Amino acid sequence: MAKQNGSVLLRPQRAVGIVGYGAYVPRYRLPASEVARVWSGRMDTLPIKEKAVAGLDEDTATMSIEAARNALARARVDPHRIRAVWVGSESHPYAVKPTSTIVAEALDIVPLTSAADWEFACKAGTEALQAAIALVGSGMADYALSIGMDTAQGRPGDALEYTAAAGGAALLVGPAEESVARFEASLSYVTDTPDFWRRAHAHYPSHGQRFTGEPAYFHHITSAARLIMEETGYGPADFRHVVLHQPNTKFPQRAATMLGFKPEQIQAGLLVPVIGNTYAGSSLVGFSAVLDVAEPGDRVLVVSFGSGAGSDAFIFQVTERIHEVRDLAPRTSDYIARRTVIDYATYARFRGKMLMK
Amino acid sequence: MTVARTWRTRRQRYSLVGERCDHCHNAIFPPRDVCPYCAEPAQTQMALSGRGTVYSYTTVYDAPAGFGEFAPYPVALVKLEEGPMVTAQLTDVSPEEVTIGMPVEMVTRKIQEQGEEGVIIYNYKFRPQLQRQARAA
Repeated sequence: MAKQNGSVLLRPQRAVGIVGYGAYVPRYRLPASEVARVWSGRMDTLPIKEKAVAGLDEDTATMSIEAARNALARARVDPHRIRAVWVGSESHPYAVKPTSTIVAEALDIVPLTSAADWEFACKAGTEALQAAIALVGSGMADYALSIGMDTAQGRPGDALEYTAAAGGAALLVGPAEESVARFEASLSYVTDTPDFWRRAHAHYPSHGQRFTGEPAYFHHITSAARLIMEETGYGPADFRHVVLHQPNTKFPQRAATMLGFKPEQIQAGLLVPVIGNTYAGSSLVGFSAVLDVAEPGDRVLVVSFGSGAGSDAFIFQVTERIHEVRDLAPRTSDYIARRTVIDYATYARFRGKMLMK
Repeated sequence: MTVARTWRTRRQRYSLVGERCDHCHNAIFPPRDVCPYCAEPAQTQMALSGRGTVYSYTTVYDAPAGFGEFAPYPVALVKLEEGPMVTAQLTDVSPEEVTIGMPVEMVTRKIQEQGEEGVIIYNYKFRPQLQRQARAA
């Protein structure tokens, strides 16, 4: 498995880190019991408490803009010094026309920047992050903005409708000396595993039922986590916080146990019970919740999972600067506390599930 | 709005970019050729903070063409911190929750979709200022 340079780790030549971070979670919440009331009648097996739902006037572009504004407020960097705006999502508003140019324009990062949309199911956001680390780490740029954001789709009545949610986070990558979390190492682990997909003109995704568990989520996420720990020489006890992709409450809890982590290590970043699975935003918004509470010196492991399938693993160490920037923008918990419960009918209207003509 | 017009005004619509008059130093929004306060030309571009308060409001139930899918929605006169008064939709708030004097902040939201195949138009709207939770010292 060893690559040419003797390591499977992805590490840039120049030291980099997260210089600003920002979350976004929309206002509306659909309790899982509402989905059960309409479709199954079974209240005993709900995968989460409630999920965040985007309002009628929100989409991946508007949500990315707000998260990115929060990241820039914390970083206090001149937007014109940002050389990349990369948005990972599986709900880009257009099939052809980038979300990233809308975000770059709204934040006054245009025109001297790369802008692109990334796609890899739920790990599109960490793909963008990894590329941003590489861009800054190579010396091609001082700052690169990566975003994972989704307004996830779920087929009415399907198991995924309980959890498919809206939200995400933006991370501005920059030089390590300015960072709130220094980047240590990354690793990607991918195979062609068709556990979940959506064809070009389909409204809703399809999935392989139980096939989404062992061969997809658990295999990729535990392989990536184990390998990055093996290669860096860290063990489970070296991490204060661990964020694993969160399709439901049970999966990340079980994967964490399989990897030797204790429940308190995943606690701060485990948002799925109260906001749902925010797909490409899931592991990044969990990471932003961790950065909201972490202390200097804390080491954080973040592992995404995207169907299709693969995982990106990252190790960061939080720096002293976290205390300076934390309250320059709303915390993840401020967005989670702002909640308006809606019923299934309002949800159906908000998500365009009713045939109007 | 045509594609060309929305494109031309994108900076003011996405991020409330207005002007500061070089002569009388008043803040101006939307941007224009001549200062509405002192009638002098040549202004300097300036992004407004987006913070303000509701001066007055109404609720639109019978929306103009192209806005029907969002109705009912509140529309307000928002008095910006820097001075200008802006007419804008309020969002993330139900009409009955709106009050005069309510502190609001600018967000960028979808304001219109030109059908299934047309462009999506984004614009400033205002929402109640996001509440920060109390922090332990």
